[in-house]
Amino acid sequence: MVEQKSGSNTIENSDSTHKITARNVNVFYDAKQAINDVSIDVDMENVTAFIGPSGCGKSTFLRTINRMNDTIPSARVEGDIRLDGQNIYDPAMDVVQLRARVGMVFQKPNPFPKSIYDNVAYGPKIHGLAANKGELDIIVERSLQRAGLWGEVKDRLSDSGTALSGGQQQRLCIARAIAVDPEVILMDEPCSALDPIATAKIEELIHELRGKYAIIIVTHNMQQAARVSQRTAFFHLGTLVEFGETSNIFTNPQETRTQDYITGRYG
Amino acid sequence: MNSGNKHTLSAFDEEMDNIRALISEMGSRAESAVERAMKALLNNDSKLAKQVRADDKIIDNLETEVERIIVQTIALRAPMADDLRELVAAMKISAVIERIGDYSKNIAKRVGNLKTEDFLTDNNALQRMGEIAAEMVSTAMEAYAKRDIDLAIAVTRRDDDVDQLYKELFVDFVGFIAKHPEAANEVAHLLFISKNLERIGDHSTTCAGMIYFTETGENLPDD
Repeated sequence: MVEQKSGSNTIENSDSTHKITARNVNVFYDAKQAINDVSIDVDMENVTAFIGPSGCGKSTFLRTINRMNDTIPSARVEGDIRLDGQNIYDPAMDVVQLRARVGMVFQKPNPFPKSIYDNVAYGPKIHGLAANKGELDIIVERSLQRAGLWGEVKDRLSDSGTALSGGQQQRLCIARAIAVDPEVILMDEPCSALDPIATAKIEELIHELRGKYAIIIVTHNMQQAARVSQRTAFFHLGTLVEFGETSNIFTNPQETRTQDYITGRYG
Repeated sequence: MNSGNKHTLSAFDEEMDNIRALISEMGSRAESAVERAMKALLNNDSKLAKQVRADDKIIDNLETEVERIIVQTIALRAPMADDLRELVAAMKISAVIERIGDYSKNIAKRVGNLKTEDFLTDNNALQRMGEIAAEMVSTAMEAYAKRDIDLAIAVTRRDDDVDQLYKELFVDFVGFIAKHPEAANEVAHLLFISKNLERIGDHSTTCAGMIYFTETGENLPDD
């Protein structure tokens, strides 16, 4: 893997500023290896984009970070992934707590078939983050504010979350992830089902959330990776080919495979 | 580092090839303009000079066309990496070639009314400057066509020779005017011509720098 020379946080230079450090991660689905020896650092200050062709392993790797692969019986993860230095695959790790700390937003907006209010309030309730209705109201409002949705829904919080437009549903899902006060937000193709206006709102939201959470976004849209991220990782055939400053990756990648992919010369 | 692979969208490759062909044509015309302008000057050939001035319009039109296609390609293809660098460089290269055409036209404009045979007979530095300037344009365009950074670097080195000749000529012009004050006006024209040639050298160097940037993503290092 090539680490771009202008990158400020090289693998060798890892220190406490990294929210997530992954070392020599391998993922298998039964005998098939989907991720091959990936090491990467993710920090709070920068949005990190994972790009690469379909089947390259970017989503699989993303899902190792909150142990979503645990739900797939054939999946096996090797290596070391740490959140604030804590091994997330430690047997003592509470996976429910981990997923509260590492929230996830999926490709297709998936609000619960409940009210807008309940969609956001659900997580804080089950994690016991609010002592009473008043506190819960505050969390719901703050989360919807942060997700840029409050102004559009404040007068209809009891309407069903599924009645919102696709873009609003996706921002509702982001509000839901934010409500449990996570440290990391993983986004797996969050805009692929949205129109350009709704996409722009999500991208603006990512920009506003930068620094408050460590954000990783998987995207097929390279322009989107260029727009929203400061660090970009290019995956190919399960390996991390190149990781560096987004501005360098898109103007002067160091690896031919990266260049061929981002310039449309792939396959 | 270019893999040499074609784009999945063949129309993108065709647009890039078209831009390269147009820039090569501009370069070839600019090189010819420098050579013919100097030939017209040295032979006092007003007819040839007139032709050089007229032909500059073709270079101007080519630049407009190249610029239009580049803007369209950037808008429609959202180029990245070496494609982006090449298009940005192509925009700049076409602009400097157009300027080289303008300088040649400027030289050609001064042909016909100059009574500077004495100076030009005694001093061949201006002729040498013209030869080197044309050679630099030619080498820069060869570097462009071949994507050859060594040739691009050679162009920048050659610019030192043009600069040196310009400095020497300047001293010669001043000395000549001191001896022949009546020729001051004509010699001033030659001084402008030498300055034009010096600028053609600079623009060829800019062109070489853009070729280097396209290929490496880095600016051409200073010697």
